[in-house]
Amino acid sequence: MRYPKDGRFGEFGGKYIPETLVPAIEELEENYLKFKNEKNFKKELDYYLKQYAGRPTPLYYANNLSEKIGGAKIYLKREDLLHGGAHKINNTLGQALLAKKMKKKRIIAETGAGQHGVATAMACAVLGMNSEVYMGYKDTIRQKLNVFRMNLLGSKVHPVKSGSKTLKDAINEAIRDWITNVETTYYLLGSAVGPHPYPVMVRDFQSVIGEEIKSQMKKVNNKTPDSVIACVGGGSNAIGTFYPLVDTNAEIIGVEAAGHGLKTKLHSATLSAGSKGVLHGMMTYLLQNEEGQITETHSISAGLDYPGVGPEHAYLKDTKRVKYHSATDTEVIDAFLLLTRTEGIIPALESAHAIAEAVKVARKGKKSESIVVTLSGRGDKDVEEVQNYLNKNVKN
Amino acid sequence: MSRINEKFSELNSKNQKALIAYIMVGFPNEKATMSTVRGLIKGGVDIIELGFPFSDPLADGPVIQNASTVSLERGTKIEKFFSIVKKIRKQTDIPLVLMTYTNILYHKGYSKFITDAKKAGIDGFILPDMSIEESKEYLKAAKDITDTIFLISPNASNTRITRIAKTSSGFLYLVAVYGTTGVKTRIKNYTIKAIKQIKKQIKGTIPLGVGFGVSTPEDVKKYIKAGADAVIVGSAFLKLIEKTPESQIESKIASFTKLLKKQTIQK
Ligand SMILES: Cc1ncc(COP(=O)(O)O)c(C=O)c1O
Repeated sequence: MRYPKDGRFGEFGGKYIPETLVPAIEELEENYLKFKNEKNFKKELDYYLKQYAGRPTPLYYANNLSEKIGGAKIYLKREDLLHGGAHKINNTLGQALLAKKMKKKRIIAETGAGQHGVATAMACAVLGMNSEVYMGYKDTIRQKLNVFRMNLLGSKVHPVKSGSKTLKDAINEAIRDWITNVETTYYLLGSAVGPHPYPVMVRDFQSVIGEEIKSQMKKVNNKTPDSVIACVGGGSNAIGTFYPLVDTNAEIIGVEAAGHGLKTKLHSATLSAGSKGVLHGMMTYLLQNEEGQITETHSISAGLDYPGVGPEHAYLKDTKRVKYHSATDTEVIDAFLLLTRTEGIIPALESAHAIAEAVKVARKGKKSESIVVTLSGRGDKDVEEVQNYLNKNVKN
Repeated sequence: MSRINEKFSELNSKNQKALIAYIMVGFPNEKATMSTVRGLIKGGVDIIELGFPFSDPLADGPVIQNASTVSLERGTKIEKFFSIVKKIRKQTDIPLVLMTYTNILYHKGYSKFITDAKKAGIDGFILPDMSIEESKEYLKAAKDITDTIFLISPNASNTRITRIAKTSSGFLYLVAVYGTTGVKTRIKNYTIKAIKQIKKQIKGTIPLGVGFGVSTPEDVKKYIKAGADAVIVGSAFLKLIEKTPESQIESKIASFTKLLKKQTIQK
C-alpha cells in the first residue's frame, strides 16, 4: 500500500468532498507526487527536520521504568524532544514547504490540543507564511497557553463555537474556510485523516519516526523491536511509527482513549468501539449513533478527542496486522505519574496512553524482549489538567 | 420518466423555469415544516428540497448549521422524517428531493435508505459530500428508483463538467459561489460564465439549477437571464421562518415564494 492511487486502503479512505474542493485536492495530489521525490525538496525538508526541528530524535532505553516493571525492555522514541514538543512538526514542515512550492500564500489548519496549531504556526513563521488556526472553543479554554503561543508565533486563532466545540468542529470549520477561499488557501491538515491524499501524505511525512526506530534498534541489538506501541487520535504519530515496521515481525499496538471506559459513552476509542462511516472526506471507523449522527467524544487528552480515525488504521485493524487497545483516563494518569517519577520525563497525556499499554505489555514480556513506545509529545501543556484531575480524585 | 423530469418538461412547455426551495425538516418543529410546505405550494414552488439534519454539515453556512442543530435537538430522526415526507406527499404531487450528507445513507445502507425514501415519496437525492469518484454503490442503489443530483462547482474543468453531467439525473446543481450555503454576496462574473459554459457543454441533456447564496427575486432574475433552468433558494427561507411567528409562516412563505416564482415565468 505504498501509494494507493484511488486513495483507498481496502474499503477505507477515498475522497468524499464538496465539489468545490475537487480541483484543490487534485492540485495538491499532483504537487505532492511531483515534489515528494524531488531532490531539492527532500534536501530542504531534511535540512529543516535536522537543524530546525532536532531530528533524529533519540531512542532512549528507559532503564528505571523497565527495571521497576521487571519484564521486557522499554525504549522511548523521544518525539517529545522535537521543537514545539511533539511529533506534529514533522508533518507541518513537510506540508508548509509543499504549500510554499505551490505558491500558496495563506495556510489554514485545525487543532485539538493546540499542538498541531503551534507546529503549524512555527513552520509558517520560519518559512515566512501566514497561518490561521481553527480550534474548538472548549479546547481554547482547556489549552489556553497554546492559544497564546500560536498568537506569539504570528498565527490567528479562530475559536469554533459550532457543534461539540472540539476538534471535529474545528475540522468542519477549516473545511468551510477552504471551500470559501479555495483559490488562495492551503489546508494544512494535522493528522492522517481527511480525503485522499492527506492520509498518505501525512503518513509519509511522519514515517521518519518509524524509519529512525528501525535503524536505531538495529544499532542497539541488531534486530527489529518485538513490540511497537503508539497512541492513536487521528493516527499520525502511530502510522508514522507503524508504517515502516508493518513488513517486520514486530507486534504492533495502537492505543486509543478509553476515557471513562468503553462501556460508558465518554471515550474516543473509535477503532475499539466504533462502526464504519463517512466523515471529513473519508470512509473509516467513527463513533456514531444508530442514525449515523456523529457522537460527542471524551478523553482527558484533547489531542485524542476525535470521533474518527485515519483510514489506514481502519484497514490495519480489519486486516488484523495491528491491534488496537485502549487506556482509560485513570490508567493514563497512573502512567503519566509513573514515567514522570521513574524517568524524569513528563509525557503528553496523549503519549501517556501508549505508556499505559507499554507497562501492560512489558509486564508480560521477557527481559530479552524489547518494546518501542513512541513518546509523541511532552507534557508541559498538560500539567494543569493533571493537577485538576489529582485535586478532584484525591489520590497519591 | 421521473417526477423531476416531468416537472421540467411541463415547465418547458409553459415557458417557465423552475423555482426550487430548500427547507430543513423539523426546523423549528414539525408543525412549522408543514406550514412552510403549504406556503411554498401556495406560492407556486416547483420542487422542494427537504433537508435531513446531519451533526457535521461541512458544506453549510451558519443558517443551515443552526437549523440542523435545532432539528436534531428537537428529535428529528429518519423514521420521523419519512413520516413527514409521507404527509407532504399526500398533499402534493410536486417533486421532493432529499438533501443530507453521505454518512446518513451509508450508515443505513444505500439501498435500504433509498428504497425507504422512495416509498415515503422522495424523488431524488443531493449529497454535498458525495463526489462522483465515490458514487458507484450509491448510483447502483438509486438506479431506476430515484434521481441522483450532483453538485458542480464554477471551478470545474470542462472534462469534469461532462463527467458530472453524465453521472447526474434529474438536474445538475451549480454551486454559485465558492463558499458554504447561505453566504450572501453580489452575483459573481465567474458564476455567470460557468452557467454559460455548462449550458454550452451539456447541450440540453439535463437541466441546470443554480444555488448557494440565492436569496432575492433580483438574484433569481439574473441567474435565469444567464441561462439557468432552475434556481434554488434555501437559507433565505430558513431566515424568514426564523423571524416569523408560527401562525403567519404559511402566508409569509407563500408571498415570498410568489415574488421569487414570478421571476421564473418568461414573457
Ligand atoms: C502529543 C500528541 N500526541 C498525539 C496526538 C494525537 O494525534 P495523532 O493521533 O495524529 O498522532 C496529539 C494531537 O494533538 C498530540 O499533541
